[in-house]
Amino acid sequence: MKTTMKVKIGRAVLAAAGCCAISYGALAAEITGAGATFPYPAYGKWAEMYKAKAGTALNYQSIGSGGGIKQIEAKTVDFGASDMPLEPADLEKNGLIQWPMIMGGDVPVVNIPGIAAGQMKLSGPVLADIYLGKIVKWNDPAITKLNPDLKLPDQAIAVVHRSDGSGTTFLFVNYLSQVSADWKSKVGVGTSVDWPVGVGGKGNEGVANFSGQTPGAIGYVEYAYALQNKLAYTLLENKDGAFVKPSAEAFAAAAANADWKGAPGFYLVLTNQPGKTSWPITGASFILLHKAQQNPAQAQEVLKFFDWAYKNGGKAAEELDYVPIPANVVTLVEDVWSKDVKSADGKAIWPAK
Amino acid sequence: MQSDVIAEDAAREMPASYQLRPSLITDGGYRLLTLSAAILVVLCLLGIFLLLVVESLPAFQRFGLGFVTTMAWNPVRELFGGLAPMYGTLVTSVIAMLIAVPLAFGTAFFVNELCPHRLRGPITLGVELLAAIPSIIYGMWGLFVLVPILALYVQPFLIAVIGPIPVLGALFQGPPFGIGMLTAGAILGVMVTPYIAAVARQVIADVPPLLREAAYGVGATRWEVYRYVLMPYASKGLMGGVMLGLGRALGETMAVTFVIGNAHRISMSLLAPATTISATLANEFTEAVGDLYVSSLLGLGLILFVITFVVLAIARFLLAQHSHEVKF
Repeated sequence: MKTTMKVKIGRAVLAAAGCCAISYGALAAEITGAGATFPYPAYGKWAEMYKAKAGTALNYQSIGSGGGIKQIEAKTVDFGASDMPLEPADLEKNGLIQWPMIMGGDVPVVNIPGIAAGQMKLSGPVLADIYLGKIVKWNDPAITKLNPDLKLPDQAIAVVHRSDGSGTTFLFVNYLSQVSADWKSKVGVGTSVDWPVGVGGKGNEGVANFSGQTPGAIGYVEYAYALQNKLAYTLLENKDGAFVKPSAEAFAAAAANADWKGAPGFYLVLTNQPGKTSWPITGASFILLHKAQQNPAQAQEVLKFFDWAYKNGGKAAEELDYVPIPANVVTLVEDVWSKDVKSADGKAIWPAK
Repeated sequence: MQSDVIAEDAAREMPASYQLRPSLITDGGYRLLTLSAAILVVLCLLGIFLLLVVESLPAFQRFGLGFVTTMAWNPVRELFGGLAPMYGTLVTSVIAMLIAVPLAFGTAFFVNELCPHRLRGPITLGVELLAAIPSIIYGMWGLFVLVPILALYVQPFLIAVIGPIPVLGALFQGPPFGIGMLTAGAILGVMVTPYIAAVARQVIADVPPLLREAAYGVGATRWEVYRYVLMPYASKGLMGGVMLGLGRALGETMAVTFVIGNAHRISMSLLAPATTISATLANEFTEAVGDLYVSSLLGLGLILFVITFVVLAIARFLLAQHSHEVKF
């Protein structure tokens, strides 16, 4: 409400001053969003670039996915952002649409003397058993079998997980429950779960810290954090049985094989995707928007921003170790915009004129 | 009118720069202003309390007494019991008191009774500056400095030496990760020491010099004066100070969150990861999805509110008794 007032006042002032010739319609325009913390660095960078180019400011509050969902349901923001996709029924109930905006991945990291990044191999079931507390030593036969070349110590495994609810955790446990029936029945999936064992660190930095500091630790962090903190990430066996190294290409491979077209409401988690080069714990971060827009002009500004980000933000995202959404998926998303986002009198507001 | 005359009289005697313009705010207006400020503060307290009660109602209705007697904390299946965070809150606070009380009382006695006059200012200032350090700094110091020291030296020693002793050894079991209730309690202890020390210094200073001098006069040692004269005389005030410190320790959030390990479990071992009410709230509130989850977190908040309120009420009561006795 406030922003629209600002836009109106801004325009009125300009008109009164007789500056109509200068097309500064969006001078005071500001779009607001709230939600996921995971994509915040990328959204922040895009906002800065977009402001310089189009003049529209983005005010994004990274309050967490749960908060983002609540804020958009209460309509206090123009868009919400969540690392966990809402189920189609929930979208329908609240009159929302969602689309994937950016991708990344979770990476297991270990802290064992003498083992560098990319040396240790883990499989999904072994990872699940470690987090279930069934495998408690690094020289457990299940681990040594995967790593015949490594000398693994007789050391207790210090399991580290996130203590706060997070999209990173959601991806991780979503993957574990796909590869382990035990995990699915005993723990389940959520942004925070009832961890059977381990120590909780707050935020990616907390987990990165505990994992880096505690001898014998295993943790999971976003890819960017593993790189920045120089943690020893592991290779992971994917659905096709190949051991892959986490990288932007491996995340993109998982996304390329994903069937977005057949996923109503873009409800798709990219864990355990097929493909020889796919990283198994890949995920997208989502944007939430109301279908019925009381203020079409404002909604149009929002869509313009995301359209611009899809087309021009890829490189900036890659520099921050994120993966942009492939072009064919962008087409699908923009089709949904023009089909589903309507003004109060039922007119489509995308594509913007 | 009367007050205006007095104000003018007073103004005449003051230098020009001190002179007040009379009747800009009338006495009545001023009274109203301060009254409304006071009422607003009390209303805030009531508002917070009411909100906690109303919002936590669904959790208490669903789980009943089980909310405070069970330790399941499963957001996936929406089962919530607050026993583990309540346990962690109490245990870390007790450890904090065990560390802070001797430190604070010792400091207070030294500063009041033994300290060379020149040192008194710097020591007092130093202790009070501890209170000025933001809690997040304590948390980071704990995580980056204290945790590695504890993990490498202190905890392996405790596990090896005290671990095998029956009963007592149960408190020091498990791998030495450096985090857990003991670490959290130690940091809390350092954090609340200045609060207890400040009160203790004041109440010990309040002891009439006559008593002290009489005790020294009959040949009492410093320890005897402390133990048999100062302590009994100031006991209520000292307890009030301890309660103030306890109130702070119970509610401390950031520093604890960093080092407690944030695991919803109850473990005998002080070296095991645990959680406290405030750490749970700080960790989970932002991403809590679902009404029952949020309601359960607010329920924990209500429990903490009540515990802290009771502790602070006891502190006030004891301190009031103390000042009452000092007046005679």
